[in-house]
Amino acid sequence: MKYSGAEITIKLLEREGIDIIAGIPGGTNLPLYSALGKSKIRHILARHEQGAGFMSHGMARSTGKTAVCFACSGPGATNLMTAIADAKMDSVPIIAITGQVPSSLIGTDAFQEVDTYGMTIPITKHNFLIRSAKELLSAIPEAFRIASEGRPGPVLIDIPKDVQLETIKIESFDRSFDEDDLSICIDEATIERAAEMINSSKKPVLYTGGGIILSGAEDILMDFAHKNSIPVTSTLMGLGCFPSGDDMFIGMLGMHGQRYTNHIMHETDLILAFGVRFDDRATGKVKEFCPNARIIHIDIDGAEINKIKKADIAIQGDIKQAIKQLLPLIEHNARKKWTETIMDMREKYPISKMVKQDEQSPEVMIKKIGGFAGEETIITTDVGQHQMWVAQYYPFSKPRTLLTSGGLGTMGFGFPAAIGASLANPGKKVICFSGDGSFLMNIQELSTLSELNLDIKIIIFNNRHLGLVRQQQEYFYGKEFIASQFYCKTDFAKIGEGFGIESYDLEMDETPFLTLEKAIKKEGPVLINIPLAPEKNVTPMVAPGCANYEMIGGEINE
Amino acid sequence: MNNIANTTIELIVNNHPGVMSHITGLFARRAFNLEGIICGEIEDGSKSRMYLLVKDDDRLEQIIKQIEKLYDVLEVTLREDYDHTIFNR
Repeated sequence: MKYSGAEITIKLLEREGIDIIAGIPGGTNLPLYSALGKSKIRHILARHEQGAGFMSHGMARSTGKTAVCFACSGPGATNLMTAIADAKMDSVPIIAITGQVPSSLIGTDAFQEVDTYGMTIPITKHNFLIRSAKELLSAIPEAFRIASEGRPGPVLIDIPKDVQLETIKIESFDRSFDEDDLSICIDEATIERAAEMINSSKKPVLYTGGGIILSGAEDILMDFAHKNSIPVTSTLMGLGCFPSGDDMFIGMLGMHGQRYTNHIMHETDLILAFGVRFDDRATGKVKEFCPNARIIHIDIDGAEINKIKKADIAIQGDIKQAIKQLLPLIEHNARKKWTETIMDMREKYPISKMVKQDEQSPEVMIKKIGGFAGEETIITTDVGQHQMWVAQYYPFSKPRTLLTSGGLGTMGFGFPAAIGASLANPGKKVICFSGDGSFLMNIQELSTLSELNLDIKIIIFNNRHLGLVRQQQEYFYGKEFIASQFYCKTDFAKIGEGFGIESYDLEMDETPFLTLEKAIKKEGPVLINIPLAPEKNVTPMVAPGCANYEMIGGEINE
Repeated sequence: MNNIANTTIELIVNNHPGVMSHITGLFARRAFNLEGIICGEIEDGSKSRMYLLVKDDDRLEQIIKQIEKLYDVLEVTLREDYDHTIFNR
């Protein structure tokens, strides 16, 4: 039978198990949309390509499966860039398929032409510019393999319009190859050396990150930590890989980590860096990060090993496999002394007492919301103060329940990601924590949400500021507040209602917790505006470029 | 002035438009220095051989690891014994 390039693309996406695609049509991808119209794949029409890109993030980050987004050439493609770059930084398997001007017009500055291929080289794991319909047959399965294999990441496929229309003869779309088995055993001698180093260590700490979640190693990590009594800290990307209520969990480390966490890191004599990349937000000044510690670094991406910190033992491989091999070799050990030291640290540098007193503080609100929501609920955040409060105080206990833009730090991420997560997880509740600054960056997707009527709660902490910018100006720029305040008082509840979404404003609400509880337990979309004093800061904070033990704020008496 | 010696990395890559961009783009993005490039197609033209002249400093390990991750790069070999003067001709 004869198929067009567009039909081949859709057939291959179906074969890969894709059932939802978020995107926006335009002149150069209309053949793809024609083919999509005849397919069982459900299309979600976003209101901005960045929204479509982050919807695919929501799907991929919450399920671990590769997700797809569509955009046309030119502005459609450039609008996708932020979502693609975000996927590269956070290792998210997405495939962006863009239309391109016809091959004969490439290089002529045609209408809506942009060098999508050239522009996406540094922000993709790999990219393709397709030159014939036949090429699609190998490029699309390759794209899926590349996106999900090893360390996941984004792949872009740019398809000129004439290639979408070119017809070729194809006998069958059956899969012609088998999946490779990637569970490769790690060198036993290295594992033995690592186990010996762990067993002889006096003050070990597990420094865990997104790699644990990507490898599905959370259960075995739990056994590992408890068998040898090793406290677990997590990066922002790793939150959820270890239950926050567990005795062994010592919180998130780094710039907005708790005081005791960063002090414990300063004490440790061995860090087990599992699925982490020594990001500057986690390490602070690298030279002074864990100055007394040796390092065992395990990562599937060999380029991460020795990139920032030289490892004493380096293992390139899958974390789950590595822990599986390590587990029988490490001793049962209660580590009484180290456990006591950690308890002392928790006493000496506790989570700010003020937080416990102020009922209306965002920290308390977030904890309470966590109680209303239940542990299956998926949380998305935007970027800024609210994101750090969620990271510090939300009671995460399962992997893939926190979707956040960690590496790129994209404001506007949370809301479209929530839509994607909800689409991919029918029956699960999704809460998007946002700030007024972030929410305004992708607010147009309220229109999409209203159509889809998904079980998403949007919580906006509204201080009418770019809060984390204001905070940095207060701490580090002599309180010279410039370009961090919004003078317009936006009525978000009214905006929500304008899109047909049930909305609440807690400003004059005398029973805010009751309203929150009702809103969260209800099905369907709800928007809640929570006013906040602009002076409220996220503490503790490590100044950019400083060592993690030099924290500002968050002391007992604050 | 320039007391760090140079060394040569030899690559075998898929030969299609865009491969050179991937390689030079990697060097630019990660702020690695690239002192010289020689490139030409080999065999039936589906592959190219490339020689990259780079500084032999502590970033070399990271450069090689990052190049190895590129999809179109098939082989990476460090050629410490090669004569670098060819890049000056």
